[in-house]
Amino acid sequence: MKTSKKSFTAIFRNQIFIPIAALLLLVIVNLIVDPSFFKITYQLNSDGQHILYGNLIQILDFGSELAILAIGMTFVTAASGGQDISVGAAIAIAGSVILRVLCGNNTRPEAGQLQTTFLVAFLVACVVAALFGAFNGLLVSVFKIQPMVATLILFTAGRSIAAWINNNELPIISDQSFKYFGGYIPNVPVPTPAILAVVVIIVTFLLLKFTNLGLYIQAVGINEKSSRLNGLNPTAIKFLSFVLLGLCVAVAGLIKVSRLSTINYSVIAKDIEMDAILAVALGGNALGGGKFNMTASILGAYVIQFLTITLYSMKVQSDALPAYKAVVVILLVVFSAPTVRNWMSKTWKNLTAKNTAKEVA
Amino acid sequence: MGKEILQLRNIHKSFPGVKALQGVDFTLREGEIHALMGENGAGKSTLIKVLTGVYTKDEGTITMDGKEAVIKSPQDAQNVGISTVYQEITLCPNLSVAENMYIGRSNNIMQNWKKMNEGADAILQSLDIPAKATQQLASCSIAVQQMVAIARAVDMDCKVLILDEPTSSLDEQEVEKLFKLMRDLKSRGVGIIFVTHFLEQVYEVCDMITVLRDGKLVGEYKIADLPRVQLVSKMLGKDFDDMAEIKSENKVFESNSKTPVIEVEGLYSDAGIKPFDFKVDKGEVTGFTGLLGSGRSECVRAIFGADRVLGGSVKKNGETVKIKKPIDAMKAGIGYIPEDRKVDGIVGDLSVRDNIILALQVMKGFFKPFTKAQANAFADEYIKLLGIKTASADTPIKQLSGGNQQKCIVARWLLTHPEYLILDEPTRGIDVGTKVDIQKLVLKLASEGMGITFISSETDEMLRTCSRLVVMRDRKVVGELKGDDLTQNKIMSTIAGGDGNENK
Repeated sequence: MKTSKKSFTAIFRNQIFIPIAALLLLVIVNLIVDPSFFKITYQLNSDGQHILYGNLIQILDFGSELAILAIGMTFVTAASGGQDISVGAAIAIAGSVILRVLCGNNTRPEAGQLQTTFLVAFLVACVVAALFGAFNGLLVSVFKIQPMVATLILFTAGRSIAAWINNNELPIISDQSFKYFGGYIPNVPVPTPAILAVVVIIVTFLLLKFTNLGLYIQAVGINEKSSRLNGLNPTAIKFLSFVLLGLCVAVAGLIKVSRLSTINYSVIAKDIEMDAILAVALGGNALGGGKFNMTASILGAYVIQFLTITLYSMKVQSDALPAYKAVVVILLVVFSAPTVRNWMSKTWKNLTAKNTAKEVA
Repeated sequence: MGKEILQLRNIHKSFPGVKALQGVDFTLREGEIHALMGENGAGKSTLIKVLTGVYTKDEGTITMDGKEAVIKSPQDAQNVGISTVYQEITLCPNLSVAENMYIGRSNNIMQNWKKMNEGADAILQSLDIPAKATQQLASCSIAVQQMVAIARAVDMDCKVLILDEPTSSLDEQEVEKLFKLMRDLKSRGVGIIFVTHFLEQVYEVCDMITVLRDGKLVGEYKIADLPRVQLVSKMLGKDFDDMAEIKSENKVFESNSKTPVIEVEGLYSDAGIKPFDFKVDKGEVTGFTGLLGSGRSECVRAIFGADRVLGGSVKKNGETVKIKKPIDAMKAGIGYIPEDRKVDGIVGDLSVRDNIILALQVMKGFFKPFTKAQANAFADEYIKLLGIKTASADTPIKQLSGGNQQKCIVARWLLTHPEYLILDEPTRGIDVGTKVDIQKLVLKLASEGMGITFISSETDEMLRTCSRLVVMRDRKVVGELKGDDLTQNKIMSTIAGGDGNENK
């Protein structure tokens, strides 16, 4: 009895409790409203390919970019104590670079007319996105500018830069294999974005396990002064976190342009930065930096996508969606606030204490 | 001597667990510059804060001009005529000088700018302050900004002016200017309370000295009646005349090599210390002593590369090492336990284990993290070795008591097996038991051949551990004591310095 009570309060205070609770809540609501929400079928798609189909698959599919960005955003948040609001614009740039490298000056290349391989285009996008991340990182770490203010520059200019890269034209790639990254690889029934997300997640966890990235970032985020006196270079570590986010942006950019086979500079990945920040917050990570829990952030990203798909399946109009989402976000954020959680664990304690008292009586 | 304008009688103030002020009396007279002296934690700042309404006193009376004054907020203090100029300038640098002088003082919605500027200019001129009313404050030097803050206070018709460490960021000429202004105000009958760490300045400008120690009043003295040496002994709480000699418990360490483990020549940093020479032999415990702010911490920080080194050289075992940042020093086998445990030492949210392995981990490299088992083994070993009281190695370090936090920091550096270890105030704010533990540990490490520099505000502790002491005053090395010279008396007279003021 005693141990179970203790573990219950521990659960309330555990960081990962909020995203898991939110996920459970969404599952329960969907079970009540329409259990068929969870149905997964194996069927033919329009390309004549057998694929897995269902809301859960959609969540994994369309939550991928967000999950990938949440990883980078978690690093930036933990190390610098601030957020990067330019990731949406940076995705536009990365996507634009991929198209430009693939198409060259011909905006309507037929299959086989591509200038280079997808891999080269992606690597170039990685370099460019990392450079833009480095620009943000430079402003934040060397010039000590507030991360949100520093990244506001790219937030404002990014989409224009993206358009400029392709001379303001909208290249369309008709090569079907380009669609693999945002769609399905032949004979693989799982959406590729989900696979890419898993790959990025695995790489991240390997990085956290086999390097000191996690320790260094947390130490710098918690106490920069003492980190320096322990031989760390806080400037370099903050800078690195922005570069890592840049790499995440490149992957997300690849998925985004592959989904459409083209780009729309003003709409692509619009407002995704806010969702990425929300994912970090939903994971219970302090937006003021310091300790972080990567699993919780990733889970947070999928919770957001889960919510979106749930609202869609309830036939909420797409232009009314943000309003509904906002209501849910308010609830989630309030419940994840430490004061509320402490209050909840206290109330729970009192409640169980009363119950046991009654039992004894 | 002028009439008494401010009287504090029997002031008490406690915080949870601390009696910050216990029955303190203080008297200020018209046209007097009165120094308030005491080491850190003596209760100076608490007294100032009670007087300015930041804290409310628990007990006691404050009398202004013969009437009891009720001071419950900074506003109240201003209304009865007490103004304060703090060490950190609390004006708005982006506003003009005149705006800074008048901000928040008018209840009118409309402001007569012309009148304001003229008024400000008149005051500035009368006080001989080299600033114009319309000038942006940020364009003035720090000293002038300081003076503008004083002008603002004076214009608010203050009778009592409190200057809290106003000179710590000024150079000598600027200090002179400030003193001129203070004397000018004095001649107008303003009573000035002057808080500073600089002994020389006290003797240059003050008339009276009140000394506090451990929240209690030690006494009030005329400047002519209190030589420096006695002032120091009163601040440190040792009566100079009949001070008991404490026998040094140091063992004699055998050094097998003539080369010092660390030899410093002409080193100085951007923290404002004058170039200094210093050396430590293997197995020797040395110390830097001096009053707070004398530059003793800045010296060791320069050796470790914690501040930006501007010149000088460091040799380790006879070979020159380039130390530009802490990691260079760590790689050269130097460890540094910083003065301010909370700000520079612990990484609060990280676990005890991560805090212990941090320095060694950083030295080992980014791509070579310790396995969980290794990290646990290290943490467990040192938790046991140093007797760190913690629920587990996973507990965040900030949940530990101060003494146990400090032990973790000591463990962190012992783990790197340094050849030279610097401990800056390792025993401040920790319980007596742990203090003794740390002192014993220092002696043990030295007997194993480690070179050690130990800094402490408590002279007793320094005498017990160190075999050689470097004495600092006003950011300069002013002497070195060893052997028979290692006595309280000698240390104090060296700290106090000053010619012709030795002892009456």
